[in-house]
Parts: sequence; structure tokens; C-alpha cells
Amino acid sequence: MDTYVPILALGLIAAAFAIFSVVIGSLTGPKRYNRAKLDSYECGIEPTPQPVGGGRFPVKYYLTAMLFIVFDIEIVFLYPWAVAFDALGWFGLAEMVLFVLTVLVAYAYVWRRGGLDWD
Amino acid sequence: MPPSTYAPVAATGVFTLTAWVVALPMIGAAILLLGGKRTNAWGHLLGCLAALGSFALGAVLFFSLLGKPGDARSYDQHVYTWIPVPGFSADAGFHLDQLSMTFVLLITGVGSLIHIYSVGYMAHDDNRRKFFAYLNLFLAAMLVLVLANNYLLLYAGWEGVGLASYLLIGFWQHKPSAAVAAKKAFIVNRVGDVGLSIAVMLMYTTFGGFAFTDVFNKAPGADRDTILGIGLMLLLGACAKSAQFPLQSWLLDAMEGPTPVSALIHAATMVTAGVYLIVRSHVIFDISPNARLLVTIVGAITLMMGAIIGCAKDDIKKALAGSTMSQIGYMVLGAGLGPIGYVFAIMHLVTHGFFKAGLFLGAGSVMHGMNDDVDMRHYGALRKYMPVTYVTFGLGYLAIIGCPPFSGFWSKDKIIEAAFAQGGTSGWVLGCTALLGALITAFYMTRVMLMTFFGEKRWVEDEQGHEAHPHESPKSMTIPMILLAVGSVFAGGLFSIGSSFANWLEPVTGRAEGHSPINTTVLSVITLVAVALGVGYAWRLYGTRTRPVPALAPAGSPLTRAARRDLYGDAFNEAAFMRTGQWLTRLLVYFDLRGVDGVVNGVAAGLGGSSSRFRRLQNGFVRSYALSMFGGAALLIAALLLVKA
Amino acid sequence: MPSILAASTAAASNTAPFTAPHVEWGKLSPMLIVLGAATMGVLVEAFAPRAARYRLQVGLTLLALAAAFAAVIALHDTPTSVAAAGAVAVDKTTLFFQGTILAISFIAVLVIAERRTEGGQDAFAAQGGSVPGSQQEREAVRAGWLTTEVYPLVLFSIGGMLLFPAANDLLTMFVALEVLSLPLYLVCGLARHRRLLSQEAALKYFLLGAFSSAFFLYGAALLYGYAGSVQLSNSDPHNPGIAQAVAAHAHGPALLYTGIALLGMGLLFKVGAAPFHMWTPDVYEGAPTPITGFMSAATKIAAFGALVRVLDVGLAGSVDVWRPVIEIVAILTMVVGGILALTQRNVKRMLAYSAILNAGYIIMALVSTGHDALASLLFFLPTYGIALVGSFAVVTLVRDAGGVEATDLSRWAGLGKSAPIPATLMSIFLLAFAGIPFTSIFVGKFAVFQAALAAGAPQLVIVAVLASAVAAFFYLRVIVVMFFSDPMPDGPTIANPSIAVKTALAVSALVTVAMGVAPAALLHLSNAAAVLAR
Repeated sequence: MDTYVPILALGLIAAAFAIFSVVIGSLTGPKRYNRAKLDSYECGIEPTPQPVGGGRFPVKYYLTAMLFIVFDIEIVFLYPWAVAFDALGWFGLAEMVLFVLTVLVAYAYVWRRGGLDWD
Repeated sequence: MPPSTYAPVAATGVFTLTAWVVALPMIGAAILLLGGKRTNAWGHLLGCLAALGSFALGAVLFFSLLGKPGDARSYDQHVYTWIPVPGFSADAGFHLDQLSMTFVLLITGVGSLIHIYSVGYMAHDDNRRKFFAYLNLFLAAMLVLVLANNYLLLYAGWEGVGLASYLLIGFWQHKPSAAVAAKKAFIVNRVGDVGLSIAVMLMYTTFGGFAFTDVFNKAPGADRDTILGIGLMLLLGACAKSAQFPLQSWLLDAMEGPTPVSALIHAATMVTAGVYLIVRSHVIFDISPNARLLVTIVGAITLMMGAIIGCAKDDIKKALAGSTMSQIGYMVLGAGLGPIGYVFAIMHLVTHGFFKAGLFLGAGSVMHGMNDDVDMRHYGALRKYMPVTYVTFGLGYLAIIGCPPFSGFWSKDKIIEAAFAQGGTSGWVLGCTALLGALITAFYMTRVMLMTFFGEKRWVEDEQGHEAHPHESPKSMTIPMILLAVGSVFAGGLFSIGSSFANWLEPVTGRAEGHSPINTTVLSVITLVAVALGVGYAWRLYGTRTRPVPALAPAGSPLTRAARRDLYGDAFNEAAFMRTGQWLTRLLVYFDLRGVDGVVNGVAAGLGGSSSRFRRLQNGFVRSYALSMFGGAALLIAALLLVKA
Repeated sequence: MPSILAASTAAASNTAPFTAPHVEWGKLSPMLIVLGAATMGVLVEAFAPRAARYRLQVGLTLLALAAAFAAVIALHDTPTSVAAAGAVAVDKTTLFFQGTILAISFIAVLVIAERRTEGGQDAFAAQGGSVPGSQQEREAVRAGWLTTEVYPLVLFSIGGMLLFPAANDLLTMFVALEVLSLPLYLVCGLARHRRLLSQEAALKYFLLGAFSSAFFLYGAALLYGYAGSVQLSNSDPHNPGIAQAVAAHAHGPALLYTGIALLGMGLLFKVGAAPFHMWTPDVYEGAPTPITGFMSAATKIAAFGALVRVLDVGLAGSVDVWRPVIEIVAILTMVVGGILALTQRNVKRMLAYSAILNAGYIIMALVSTGHDALASLLFFLPTYGIALVGSFAVVTLVRDAGGVEATDLSRWAGLGKSAPIPATLMSIFLLAFAGIPFTSIFVGKFAVFQAALAAGAPQLVIVAVLASAVAAFFYLRVIVVMFFSDPMPDGPTIANPSIAVKTALAVSALVTVAMGVAPAALLHLSNAAAVLAR
């Protein structure tokens, strides 16, 4: 049972953080309302009313989102590597450099081909 | 005595050239067909070279074979294994022995001459290169047929010559008659091909292999009924390819092809493939007297039919085609007689190859000079205008009617003798038929000779109004004719001196002496008398000045009218197969309309209908595809769990 | 929080010290070359000037494929082994599959790279991201842009295909499946003409592919639950793989059977077996034709490689369980493919259904885990694949006005007269599909039928022969239309392709005929290659 205690603790801490943030924000933050703030908000997209024929979502949004996920996942791999860095040694370093380079290739492509330009 | 076992040895040294005999014309055909128009300028020369090269190799092999003792002249060359999967193997390999050697020399020899002849004959044809490509293709296929060391490869060659024959009969496909004739030849041959393929399959299931070694060595121990079945199926194949009754109808129409084709394929070589098949499979026929009996009956019927048809035709090529049928009938008859006849069937085949090819080339030469008119009633008195053609044709004529000492005399006489030697009633019937055939042969060939070269000029203008200007053909055409005429004169005699030909073939086919009820010398005299009667009657009808040949054919007797219509061969086919086919179709449609699907239509309609029904499932919506996949996965799970439960 | 860190470091220190896994770079070199070249290709896209990209990409792709093929040849007598810590099996079968995939991909890339038939442009949209029919699209076309990303994408896909039949554990196999599939989804949507149809095909392929991947993953999870390992086979007794667990009847069979069914479904989807075939015609029709040729041939080969690996290595012990199911799938696939092809009027769709039918034949070879069955499968796949690439290459040549491919069968009327060479080549391929003797597929079919008979499945052979008879009808119908109908007055034009496509066509036709006339060498090779690392 002892081995599950840290997981339980993690869950509790996460929940506490979330509740704390929301509560402290509503207690301490200034409250100045305007129109934009009252709009319904969904990741930068106006959900209603939808344009005729379903409309089109800006494809740039997806590009940025996907790039974010790529790097997000990269981080996911970097964390355990950092934790076990000593044990993995040079082998781990080499593998991780290879991995990061591969992601960088994709990044270079996106950058050079204008995937990061909003206009 | 028949050879006890069939045990060829692996080819070494010079005998490994066997594959090249086949390869040369095959390469020639490939270059000419793939090279297209680029080869137009020299294509015909390449074709001739390929044929001549093949002949030269054949000659080398022949003399090498002669250097070996008689019973050591059997070689197998393994070329490659086609499909070596477990439990089955199909090899491509060649078998060289006295029989295949004979055919190789005949095919490449006559083939080379006809290639050379065609250079002149086809000089003005735009597609001459294609013609030579097909001729080379034919040579290659025919050589595969006779050199194969197993029935599967033999079958491949068999189909190959069928294809080449189809392409060449229909070579002038702009003429509807040629296109139809080509189709007819192809379809009739399909019937025979089915027979041969069934025979090959039966061999595989019975003997466990296609190779001659398997079949010949295991046949004596096999079930007699199976052997009979194989023999009959082989005969069916032979009938179609060799234009024997009841599959004879295509040969007369096949004369729509260019004349060199008629000479090479439809007289000298391909149509004799059936005889080769029977003689090659002699082991099967040796142990099945019933199959042999049927072979002799087919041969006898065809030799009479062909002869009668030959008497009534005014088209010179069709008259010769009837004669070809008849002569092959002799060969089939000889082959059906068994060991007493095999060697003479082949000997007649070879001599016939010479004189009939010569006669056809002569006919082609005449047509060349007569604006491609084929009607003998428009000929006459040509001997003065075409002396070389006249002499060579005349020598071929003397050979075919069996005038001593020309080739035909030696070979045909022996077959008649062997037929009598069969003994019993069948011996008398077959012998007398053969004898009567000789009489009729003499009649119709004399008729052809007289109508073409003798009598008065009966020349007419052709459709464009050109007058006929008969003239001798160019050297490239006359030289092959002269060479073939030399063969027509001497081949038979050479073969018969000291029975050299019979001794040569004996190790392959075996040989037995018959006991003729009539003394052989007396029989020869009787035969000659029959021939003389035929010649005399023809002379009385066509040769005497007092009775000129009418320009229009007289009505003639019922038999003549029947013969003009190929003894109703087509009418029979039409009535027996086409009408019944149509009637069956109509019946099916009738039942179909009544709501009961006929078997054939039903299956097709059923498949088409279910196809349309299934198609509705393919509606283009991802959601239904996903549903189908989901259902499929569910079914898979259910099936797996059920299988074990 | 410190307690967590402490716990994790304690856990790390409790286990044995980490030893770096041994990676056999040499044995993995074919895959590494292709994937490395694909990565290079992405860099070329990033840094090379637009004008130079096409040449660089095509050169790089062909070079990589040739180098990888050379690596396969160099590895040909490697002893059967498992590389990369048990993830990749390097045996004769793997190498045969990899060599086949590389050779066929090489020919396919020659067709993919074709620019002459389109007047200097290739078969792909000028700019994949532009909206069909928009001003942006017109500008891209006018500027002569090319979507050269196709080449690295194809290379990535080939890399996945090379790994797919080699994967010795289910996770590696899944990664390979995704690596081969994702780029294909993309390139399917990049057709230059009829872009909406192409995009629809890509989306369908993607959705259904993702759906089937999920099934595959679920099946893998269930098998892991059953065996406690994702490795197909592991001879180490302390660390048994699935094969060992099946042999030892580790647990109750429900997990195993469900796992087999779901895993099998994921793989059967890729080969286009019924009832998971429905994407095939739509995708084959919509995708750019050179890509259709490539993926129909290469993907199928790779997927059959994976099926062989799973069934013959991992699940050989439960052959009695899955064999009846495979038989049913084979029959269903042949029936559906054969019957539906009958009413197709579109050449590409007809070929798609013919691909389903042929998948059915190949599945027949899976019913036995024996050597002969595998050998027959190994013979069938390359001969079939190369004829398929060739036939789709011919389809790219027949164009209507405006450069759109004329895929409707009626448009092919009289092609034999107006364009004898393409028509003859197509006839060769179709005759091969119909299984006419002296073509490669006749021998392949013969070997497969023989193997199925030997495995005691005559019912399959009967269905297969009947299906072949039905199939002969729709194959020969195309030949009849080409050679025995009169050409249309406004018939399609025949593009004059570059020397590369001519080479591809000539090689395909030559192999198709040569392997029918003299198949012994390939039969021997496939016989020798039918060795699996178990």
C-alpha cells in the first residue's frame, strides 16, 4: 500500500492547487467587466453564432496547437530522462540528443516554411 | 520389336545445341515483333537467317546423331525447371531422337525454303516484316512441339502453332473472308486443344508427371481404360490439328492465308502435327488396339473425303487443300496400323512435305502470274509461259499420284501395303479404301495439272480490268520450288534404298512386318493400274481437245455438288453445333423470360445482381464503413470464441 | 513532495544498475538509412531553395532506397536473430520482405516523380494547404510550385513498412503501423486533379485507419494481459513472450481469443480483407494514381509481413483457433472482391476490387504456419506488387482534356489502336492478374493454391478457382474494350512519359513475364527465405 501513497499525495496536491488558484483569484483579483470578457470563449474560436455552411476555422490555429503538442510531448520524455540522468549516463545523453535533434528538424521545417507566421 | 524402355541420356557436347534450334527463330520473332517498324528494312532477311541458322544447327545435330549407334540416338536436354513447387514440377526440356530429328530437318528445311520464297512473294506487302515475324514464331512453336520432352511443353508448342496459324490465316485481315477463316480455324482447333489438354491432365493424374520418361515407362502398367481414354483424347487433338474427320472443316477455309503459309503450315508441317502426336505417343496406342482402330477409321474416312472434295474444287488452292486432308488421312491411317505403319506414316509425311509444299509454291507462282486469280477455270496453257513452275509442279504431281520412281510412290505404296497387312476384314476394308484413294488422287491431281498448264487459254481480266500477263516468277521464288522438286523426285527413293528410313526410325517407334494377303509386287501393280485409271479418266474429261473445259462449272452430279460444298462439312457443323447452340440459347431465353433463370444466364445475372446489391453497401459514408468494420470485428471475436467453445 | 522524489530515486537505486541496451546498428541499417534520408528530406524542404528541391528530393529518395536495398543484400546471410533488445527480428523472411518493399518502392517512386505527363508538374497539388478552387490555389499552380514534401513522406512510410514485418513485439509493430500509415493519409489527399475527391479519400482513410489502429492497440493490450509480454516470442524462460505463453496455456482463453480477433482486425484492415475492405475502392480512386500504385503494392506487402509475423510466430500455438476464422475471411474477401469488381466501370475502382480479391488469395496462404505456405506467400507478394505498380502506372498515362486521368472504362475504348504500347502493357498486367499461364501471378497463384491444398483447405481452393473465373471476366473485359472497340472520336490522349516511367513500366512488364516463364530463381529464393525467428 505504501507505494501508492505518493500517487495519492500527487492527486491531492494537484486538486489543492486547482482549488487554491480559483479561490485566490476570485478573492484577490480586480473585477473590471467588458464585452470581450463576457464572450463565450473556446480556444480562440468564436463558437456561436456559426457562419453559414459551418464556416472555416483558421488552419493556423491547428498548426500552432500541433506544434505545442509536439514540444509538450518532448518535455514528457525529457522529465524521466532528467530524473534518471545519472543512471542512464552517456547512452541516455546520446539518445536524448538524437531525439531532440529529430524534433528540431521538424521545428526547422515549420519555421522556415512559415508555419509560425500568423499572417 | 518395340523398344522396351524409353531412357534418353542427358545431352552433352554438340547435342546441347538442341535448345538453340528453337531459340534462333524465337529470337528472330521477338526482335521483329518488338523492334516494330525499325526493322522493316531488314526484317525479312533476319527472318530468313533465323530459319537458315536453325536448319544449319539441325543439320549439325543430324550428322552428329548419325555418328552414334542406332540405339544411342536419344538425348534429353534439360533447359530449366518452370515451376518447382513441392509436389509438382513442370520442366522445360528438349528431347532429340530420330523422330524429332526428322521433324526438325523437315520443319527447318522446308521452312527455310518458304522463308526465301516469301521474300519475293510478299515483296509488295506493307506488312512483310510482320509476316516474317509470324513465320519465325511458327517455326519456333513447331520446333518446341516436336522437340519437347514432356507433354506440357508439347502442349505449349501445340498452342503456339495454333496461334501462329491463326495469325497467318488472318494475315490479310482486311478481307472479311480471311478474318472469318482465321476465327474458324482457331475455334475448331480449340476443340482439339481441349482434347489434348484433357489427355495431358489424365497423364498427370495417372503417371504423376508430364515427362515422356514418366508416361512411356509407366503406361504399360496402367489401367487399360485410362489408356484408352488418353488415346482417344490424343486422337481428338490430332483430328483438329491435322484436319481429320470430323474436325476437318477449317483447312479448306485456311487457304485464305498467303500461299507460302498454306505451303508451310497447312501442307508440309503444322497439319502433320497430329500424326507426330500419335506416333510420338505410340506407347499409348501400342497397348490400346481400340484406340488404334478408331485412328485408322478416322484416317480412312478423311482420306476419302479429302480426295472427293479435291475432285470438285475449281480453286487451285482448295483442290490442293483437299488433297492435303486426303494425304494426311493416309498418314493417320498408317499411324493407326501400329508398329507395321508408324515408320511409313512418317516417311509419307516427309515426302508429302516436299511435294505438297512444292505444289503449293507452284500454285502461288501461278497466282502471282495471274493477278492472284485462284480459279483454275481461268487458267490453261500456262506451261509455255511459266516453264519452271510447270516443270516443278509437274514433278510434284508425279510424286503425289505415286508414279514410280518419284517420292510418293515409295511412301504411299507402303501404307497401302501395310493396310492390307493389317489382316482380317479391317485389313481388306482399309486396304481397298487406300487403293481407291490412290485412284481418286490420280484423277484430281491430273485434273489440276491439265486445267492449269494444258488446254486453251481461258484467261480473264481481273476486277480492275487488268489483263492477265502470265510470267515466270522471280528467282527467290523459283529456286525454292526447284529444291523442293528435287526432294519430291528423290526423297522417297533414297529413303527406301535398303529401308534406310525405316531402320533410322525403328529404335523410336518399333517396327513389325505385316503379312499381306496379297503379294507385294502384285499389290504395287494393282496400285499402279488404279493410278493409271485415275489419270486416264481425268485425261478423257479435261485433256482432250474435243471437250474444252467450260468457263463456268457445270451443274454436276449430286456428289460433285456435295464435294463442292466440302461434303457438307460446314452444313453439318452449322446444323449440329451452331443451330443447336442457337436453339439452346433461345430455349434458355424462353425459360429466362418465364422467370426461371437458365443455368448460364442465371449465374451471370445472379453475380451481376448480387454485385449491384453489394454495391449499395459501398455507399461512400465513413460512418457505415466504420460500422461494417465494427460489426466485422465483433463477428471475428464471436467466431473465435465459438470455435473453441 | 520530497517524499515522492525520494521514493522514485529509491526505486531507481533498488533496481539493478542500468546497462545500455545493445543496438545492432548494422542489422537495422536498411530502416535507419530510409528513415535518416526521410529526416534529411525534411531538412531539404526547410533549407533548399524551391527550385532545387524537386531534384534533391528525388535524388535523395532514390539513393536512399538503393542504399537500403544494398544493405539488405549485404545482410542476406545474417544468422536468424533478434535485434534491438528483442524489438526487431532479423531473419530471412524479414530481409525478403524488406528487399521486396524497397525494390517495389523504387519503381513506384519513379512513377511518383513523373513530371512530363503533367507538362512539367507532378501528380500532386501545387500547394496542399490551399483551398480547392481558390485564388490561392490558382496562384500556386501558376507559380509552378510542387509539393515536394511527398518524397520525405513516402520515405517515412517506407521506413514504417520496413519495420512492420520485422517487428518482434506488438508495440514496435504498432509504432511501425503508425509510421507507415500517417504519411500515407497525407499523400492520399494531395492529388492535383479532382482535389475534393482526393481529400475526401484521405479523410476516410485517416478516420478508418485510426479506428482500426485503436482495435490493433486494444488487441495488443489484451494479449499483453494474457501473456504478460508484448514480445511475440522470447526464448528466455524468465521472460516468456506471447508464443511461449500460448504454448503453456498461461491463462483462460477469453483474453487470448479477443486479443487475436482485435489484433487481427487491425492487420486485416491494412491488407484490405473483407469485411474491413470498404475503404479500399474509395481511397484507391481518390488518391493520386502513382500513390495508389505505391500503397496498394507496398502497404499490402508490409501488412502481410506483419500478419505472418503475428500468426506464425506469436500465435502459431493456437493455429486451430484462428485458422477457421482466417479461412472465412479469405472466402469472404474473394467473394466480395470478385463479385463487386464485376460491375465497376472505373478502372481504378476495378483494380481496387481486384486488389481485394488478390488479398483473398494471399490470405489463403496464411491458413498454414508451415514452410511451404510461407514460401508461396513470399513468391506471390513481389510478383503481384510489381504488376500492380505497373498497372497503375499505365492508368496515369491515359488523360482526358485538362490532364485529368480518364479512368472510366468507356474512355479506354480502342486504346489498343490509338496507343498500342500502353494498351499492350496493361494487357500484360491484366492477364497476369487473371492468372494466365506464363505470367508471374499464375505461378504465384499456383503455389498458393498448392500450399492451401497441402494444408488441407480444398474448399478455399475451390472458391479461389471460381473467383478466378469470375475475375477473368472483368480483367478480359478491359482488354476487349481496349482492343476490340473502336476509338472514341474525342478519346483520351496518351501522355508520353519520361524515361523513368518508361523504365518502370518496362521493368514491371518484363518481371511479370519473366517470372511466369522462368520463375525458378524466385521460387528458390522465396523457399530459402521462408525462415522466421521464432
